[in-house]
Amino acid sequence: MNEIIESVKNLSIGFNSQKGKQISILRNVSTNIKKGETVGIVGESGSGKSTLALAMMGYIKQGLFPLTGECLFKSEDLLKMSSRQLEKIRGRKIAMIPQNAGQALTPNLKIGYQIDEALRLHTDLNKTERDKKISELLNKVRLPSPEAMAFRYPHELSGGQQQRVAVAMALAGKPDLLLLDEPTTGLDVTTQAHVLELLRFIAKDTRTSMIYVSHDLGAIAQVSDRIVVMYAGEIVLEGPARKILKEPIHPYTYGLLKSIPKLSLAGLPASMPGSQPQPGSINEGCSFYDRCNLANDNCKKNSPGLEHIKELDTNVRCFNYKELINQNNNLQTSITKKTNNSEANEVLKLKDVSISYAKQKFFDQLLNKISDQNPTVKDINIDIKKGETIALVGESGSGKSTILKSIAGLLKTKDGQIKFENDRILSSDLKMRNPNDLRAIQLIFQNPDESLNPNHTVEQILSQPLKLYFNLSGEELKKNIIDLLKKVRLGEFYMSRYPRQLSGGEKQRVAVARAFAAKPDIILCDEVTSALDVSVQAAVLNLLQQLKEDLGTTYVFVSHDLAVVRAISDRVAVLYQGRLCEIGPSQNVYKFPSHPYTEVLLGAVLEPDPDIKPKLVAEDIVEEKPPEKGCSFQGRCPRKIGDICNSEVPPWQIGENGNAIRCHINIEELASLQQ
Amino acid sequence: MESNLITEDKQKNKLEKAFEILKTMASKPSGLIGLTIVLFHVILALISPYIAPYDYKAISPNTMLLAPSAEHWFGTDSLGRDVFTRTILGGRTALTVTFFGSLIALLWGGLLGIFCGLVGGKIDDVVMRVVDAFLSIPWILAMLLIVSLLGTSTEVLIPALGFFYGKGIVRVARAATHDVIAKDFIVSARARGHSNMSIIWNEIIPNVRDAILVEGAMRWSWMLLGFSSLSFLGFGVSPPTPDWGLMISNARGLMSFAYWSVIAPIVGLSSLIIGINLTADAFAKALGIDRSTKAPV
Repeated sequence: MNEIIESVKNLSIGFNSQKGKQISILRNVSTNIKKGETVGIVGESGSGKSTLALAMMGYIKQGLFPLTGECLFKSEDLLKMSSRQLEKIRGRKIAMIPQNAGQALTPNLKIGYQIDEALRLHTDLNKTERDKKISELLNKVRLPSPEAMAFRYPHELSGGQQQRVAVAMALAGKPDLLLLDEPTTGLDVTTQAHVLELLRFIAKDTRTSMIYVSHDLGAIAQVSDRIVVMYAGEIVLEGPARKILKEPIHPYTYGLLKSIPKLSLAGLPASMPGSQPQPGSINEGCSFYDRCNLANDNCKKNSPGLEHIKELDTNVRCFNYKELINQNNNLQTSITKKTNNSEANEVLKLKDVSISYAKQKFFDQLLNKISDQNPTVKDINIDIKKGETIALVGESGSGKSTILKSIAGLLKTKDGQIKFENDRILSSDLKMRNPNDLRAIQLIFQNPDESLNPNHTVEQILSQPLKLYFNLSGEELKKNIIDLLKKVRLGEFYMSRYPRQLSGGEKQRVAVARAFAAKPDIILCDEVTSALDVSVQAAVLNLLQQLKEDLGTTYVFVSHDLAVVRAISDRVAVLYQGRLCEIGPSQNVYKFPSHPYTEVLLGAVLEPDPDIKPKLVAEDIVEEKPPEKGCSFQGRCPRKIGDICNSEVPPWQIGENGNAIRCHINIEELASLQQ
Repeated sequence: MESNLITEDKQKNKLEKAFEILKTMASKPSGLIGLTIVLFHVILALISPYIAPYDYKAISPNTMLLAPSAEHWFGTDSLGRDVFTRTILGGRTALTVTFFGSLIALLWGGLLGIFCGLVGGKIDDVVMRVVDAFLSIPWILAMLLIVSLLGTSTEVLIPALGFFYGKGIVRVARAATHDVIAKDFIVSARARGHSNMSIIWNEIIPNVRDAILVEGAMRWSWMLLGFSSLSFLGFGVSPPTPDWGLMISNARGLMSFAYWSVIAPIVGLSSLIIGINLTADAFAKALGIDRSTKAPV
């Protein structure tokens, strides 16, 4: 058990800046991987976690080079090997599973052929043995009917199945070490839970060592034996998974854990101020000094070394770690938020809204009718009250963003009406809406890199809505921009910056400011935090809540993350395949009885706690089209009762908690089943 | 870190930015060579009337087809005119006509391409098919027709060349617009209710400008070749105005025994074209729209 597979010693990796300065991305990293052990490497974007993981298989990105140290794989230095020597090790001894298996698999070769290729390269088996091995591997990663699967093309599989194929390919060479770079990040929650469970099983079954790189502490908690926490290119905390997650004794890890929204807690998570320092900007002192609330003068001048604490079996890089020992109770707290009063008027009503992506046939186009009996989104009825935050939750393909776009007028509805203020019908055509309605509904997008014009300064970005809606110019315009920046807690000097000069969190703040510039009544938030790091996510959530409390704005908040939704929303609507499953006050949706789909979703949420395992109730198959009749969830429902589910659309039932559920099972029965 | 960032992003004005791009272009040998050649030709075109040693149209039967000598560096042509004088003057018309022609091509091609990319749908379909139809006509035939109908003055040549070389830019501008159009900042501007003109001007042009400018620079070199071809065929500059294409055309029959009168204009023309090509490539690289990026491994 204690045999060391790979050991990284004192590794520093860096690059030469344009001014000729040597800047390091990894600084003096040392760690060991033992046989059969799964090590999780966690950190926010830019912490150097991927650089470290890639160096562990002897790969260093173009432009970077090792400054000091070595990567010993079975006492041979990978960084000194020729590419021919590395070829013999990669795939056979060290295999890698990429983040996006859909892109890593060759689209025009069959699955079986691609696995066969790996086997031919890395083993000495003959053709019949290899064929047997292929189905054996596919069986091992639990793909249904492995023989048939081998003859499929990658695009015929779902994202989760593609990731399983990638795992099978990696296992083909019987590697000693598996490297996983964010392997579940692009997957849906339920699929992610299934893949993680498979990885855990494989680690146990084959005694393969794994390095699991992720920004997601929830996923890391499910698979890792040991966790390495990276910050600004250094290891700041390293130790057994349970100790790190339950008793984090480094202020960064502590703050990180606190900033993750949790299912068990209503209210917003605490955020950490500031952002990670840029490589090369730290000259002296602790790299976490700026953001640390335990920092003192000593931390400013001297940088702490990695200290081993025997009783906790942990390495920590902090002078003041003792203050954090036995502080773990504080982890389970959150900021309570004001809930709005339910008496308020309705500001937006969706009435029987259906949306179809189907292309009109030429003949139908002449008659101006849409011939789609089974639209992507169907019969959505939601009344949104003034000042509330309503969340639309569901996996990819649930139609949540589609609904958002049609509210914004970017997509035409097929049937139904969208009513705004006093039951005035909003045209589904953007060009037909009056300017005041356009102003009243604003959008914030998922990825601030894409939603801000890269060639505009922050000032230009914010002046667009101000000029358009309020005709401001000159000094008045400038004053308004400064006010807006102040609202999102950015200083005046940000005005002359370009988006590329801002961090992810700052960019999203600018996007929030742009939405608020229009003085809107409703803001549509499309996965606004999912491209951000956790500590930044918490800050943005807190900012949105604060602005709402100050200005009384209504949010329609779309997210796939149930914990984030729990933190921010007053009311939740759960969607599956474009049909509503459940809707109700958020504290009640998270309680049983729930719609079976909500139950599946809640079960799959990954908490940063090794003791809370996801409950895998439904299969992780992906449906491409909503069923033509009956319940939308019939294909995957673990509680399906029979033909009625296939033929009849279930009725709405109101539970005693006040949440409405659309299911054929009687609500009291559902409650007793789910207890 | 905060203070660090601020000092780095001192607001740069446009001149400084342009200078920076020039510096990046000149930092690689190919870019430096290209820039030098183009600069040399531009300066030569500006000062050549003042430094030309002879009168370009002075015909003399005594000096017919003289080989290069101290008196006539590049020799003389069949009418006894000094080839050196005619060569250094021969790029002036070509440069002026093609420079303004390229500007016109950029303007109409770029704007139409952006507009088609933005509105899409039927308008886009129709316009693009018309552009395709024009692309299928051999431009030189169409040019010959126009020139024979309207004459060979620069007032005719500039817009005609600008029109024919702008068709390709329409496609490039449209493709560049398609890259940008799906981005959320355009969706956001649409949702806010900005007009198409405002979206083109504020959101799209800053993002496609670089790609279109690089394409324009490439078109310039092609247009030079095209213009010289016209002169070569006798439809460009009318004699006795010195022009490379015309000079090559006049001297090509005598190539076997008076090679000098052909080589000088060829060197002039091809060096300018190569120079513009190298500059356009370096320009593209400096702007970060290099098309020859390698795979990371």
